[in-house]
Amino acid sequence: MTRLTLWLVLALVLAACLSVASGKVWVPLDAWTAADPRSIIIVELRLPRTLLALLVGGALGLSGAVMQGYLRNPLADPGLFGVSSGAAFGAVVSLYFGYAVQLWLLPAFALAGAGVTMALLALIAGRSGSLILFTLAGMILTSITGSLTALAISLAPTPFVSSQIVTWLMGALTDRSWDDITVALPLTVVGAGLLATTARSLDALTLGEQAARSVGVDPGRLQLVVIAGTALCVGAAVASAGIIGFVGLIVPHMVRPFAGNRPSAILLPSALGGAVLLTVADSLVRLAPTVSELRLGIAMSMLGGPFFLYLLIRMRRRLA
Amino acid sequence: MSVLAAEGIGLSLDGKRILDSISHVFRRGRVTALLGPNGAGKSTLLDCLAALRKPDDGAATLDGQDVQQIDRRVRARAIGLLPQAADVHWNIDVTTLVGLGRMPHRGRWGETAADRDAVARALAATDMTGLADQGVEHLSGGERGRALLARVLAGEPDWLLADEPLASLDPGHQLDVLARLRSIADAGSGVVLVLHDLHLAARIADDAVLLRDGKVVAAGPAGDVLTAPLIAQAYGVDVEIGLTPAGHRFILPIAR
Repeated sequence: MTRLTLWLVLALVLAACLSVASGKVWVPLDAWTAADPRSIIIVELRLPRTLLALLVGGALGLSGAVMQGYLRNPLADPGLFGVSSGAAFGAVVSLYFGYAVQLWLLPAFALAGAGVTMALLALIAGRSGSLILFTLAGMILTSITGSLTALAISLAPTPFVSSQIVTWLMGALTDRSWDDITVALPLTVVGAGLLATTARSLDALTLGEQAARSVGVDPGRLQLVVIAGTALCVGAAVASAGIIGFVGLIVPHMVRPFAGNRPSAILLPSALGGAVLLTVADSLVRLAPTVSELRLGIAMSMLGGPFFLYLLIRMRRRLA
Repeated sequence: MSVLAAEGIGLSLDGKRILDSISHVFRRGRVTALLGPNGAGKSTLLDCLAALRKPDDGAATLDGQDVQQIDRRVRARAIGLLPQAADVHWNIDVTTLVGLGRMPHRGRWGETAADRDAVARALAATDMTGLADQGVEHLSGGERGRALLARVLAGEPDWLLADEPLASLDPGHQLDVLARLRSIADAGSGVVLVLHDLHLAARIADDAVLLRDGKVVAAGPAGDVLTAPLIAQAYGVDVEIGLTPAGHRFILPIAR
C-alpha cells in the first residue's frame, strides 16, 4: 500500500459519504440508523447509486489505465476510441427489440458490443503500438457504432422506445436500484480481476512488443485478457450507466505525477481515482441548480473534452 | 553447456524467400557477427534464433530443442534479445527500465535481493549507475542505448542476441559497448550481433556468418570470412583489408 493508495481510499470514503448525503434532499448520514423515514432514501436510492458510481468509475478508470499501457498510448480511453460506443450500440439493440425487460439481457448485449469493438481495435492496431493507426481505427469504430445507434433510434418502433434510447445514451446514474448492482458487481469484479493480471506484461510492453516477447510475455494471451477484461468492465459500466466518457482518459493522467509512469503502478490508483471522480461528479450533478437533473455523461464530457485538448496541447511537440 | 544452432532455417514472407536453408552452430564464449548487405536476412535470422519468428522450414534450436517449443520463461532466461527498435514508451526511470530485464526470473511476489543485485551489476557494467534515477526521456541517444543494453544484461542470459547494438552510439560509446560485449563473451556467454559496419565487425567478432539473399555465403572464424573475395561476393564491393600500425584490422570499401 503506497501513501497515494491510502489517500485515495480516504478520498473514496469521503466521496461515498458526500454521495449518500447529497441530492435534492440533504440526508444526514445518521438518518438511517433510527427509524427515520428518510432512511428509505438512503437504503433504496442513495446507497445503490453511490455503489454503482464507485463501481462504474473504478471500472472505467482501470480499463483506461490498462488500455493506455497495452497500447502504449497516453491518449487511449475506452470511451474515446469506440469501446463504450460499441457497448452502447449493443445495449441499444437490446432496447430496440425490447429485450431490456430482462435483467441480464441488456448487460449481455453491452458486453458483446464492447468485446467486439475492443477486439477489432486490438486486431487492427493493438499489436503495432502505432498511435496514428490506433487513433484512426478508434475514430472510425466510434463513428460506425454511433451511426448504427442513430439508425436504431430512427427506426425505433415507437416514440417511447426512441426516447428511452436517447435518454439512456446520455449516461446517468439516476434511479438505479440494487438490481443494477447485482448485475454490475460480478461483471466488474471479474473484469477488474482479469485486467489486474496484466500488470507485469504491460510493464514489459514499455520496451515494445519484440522485447516484451523476449522477456517472456505471451502477446496472444495478453491480448485476449485485455479484450475480455475491458469488455467486462466497460460493458458493465455502460450497461448500468450509459456512456460516460473521459474517466479512463483523465484519471491515469491525474495519478501519474504521484504514482510514476510505470504502467503497473497506475492500475490500482486509476481504479480508485476513477471511483472517486465519478462519485464526486455524480454528487455534484445532483446539486447543480438545474430544473431536471444534469446528466452525468454530459457533465463528464464537458469536463473531459477540454482536458483532452489540454493533453493534446501539452503533448503536441512529442506527437508532431 | 548450451548450444544455439540454426538447423536448415527457411522462411518466406509475402512469397519472397527471406532465408534459405541456413545452418550454423553458434558457440558460447565467442562473439558471432551476422553480416551481409541490406535485405540479406540478418535481422530475420536473429528473430528466428530469439523465437520471435517461426521458420517455415528447419528450426532454431537450443541444446537440440526447437526454441519455439521451450517454455517462455525458461527461454527468456536463456536467450536475451536487444531489438533494433529501441523505443521506450513511458518515461520510466533507468532502474525500473533495467529491472524489466529481470522479468523472466521474478517470482509472483516482486523483486528479490538477487534481482536488485543483477540490476546494479548491469547498471555498473554499462556505466549507467550515475543515471539510475533519471527518467528515460531525459537521456541522450547513447545513454538510452546503454540503458537498453543494461536491461538485457540484467537478465543474465546464456545467449545475448542484439540487432545493431552500436547503431546510435558515438565512437566512444561504441568502444565501451564493444568492450562490454567482449567481456560478456569472455565470461562464457554466447553473443550474436547483427552488424552492418564491417570495420566494427572486424574489431569484435570471433566468428562471422556472411549472408546474401537469405543464403550463407561463408561462415566461420572472422579472419577466414572477412576476406576481400568473400566480401566482394556478399556485398558486391571491392574492399581493402589492412592492418594499422598498432595491429588492428580494418576493412575499407573502395569501389562497387
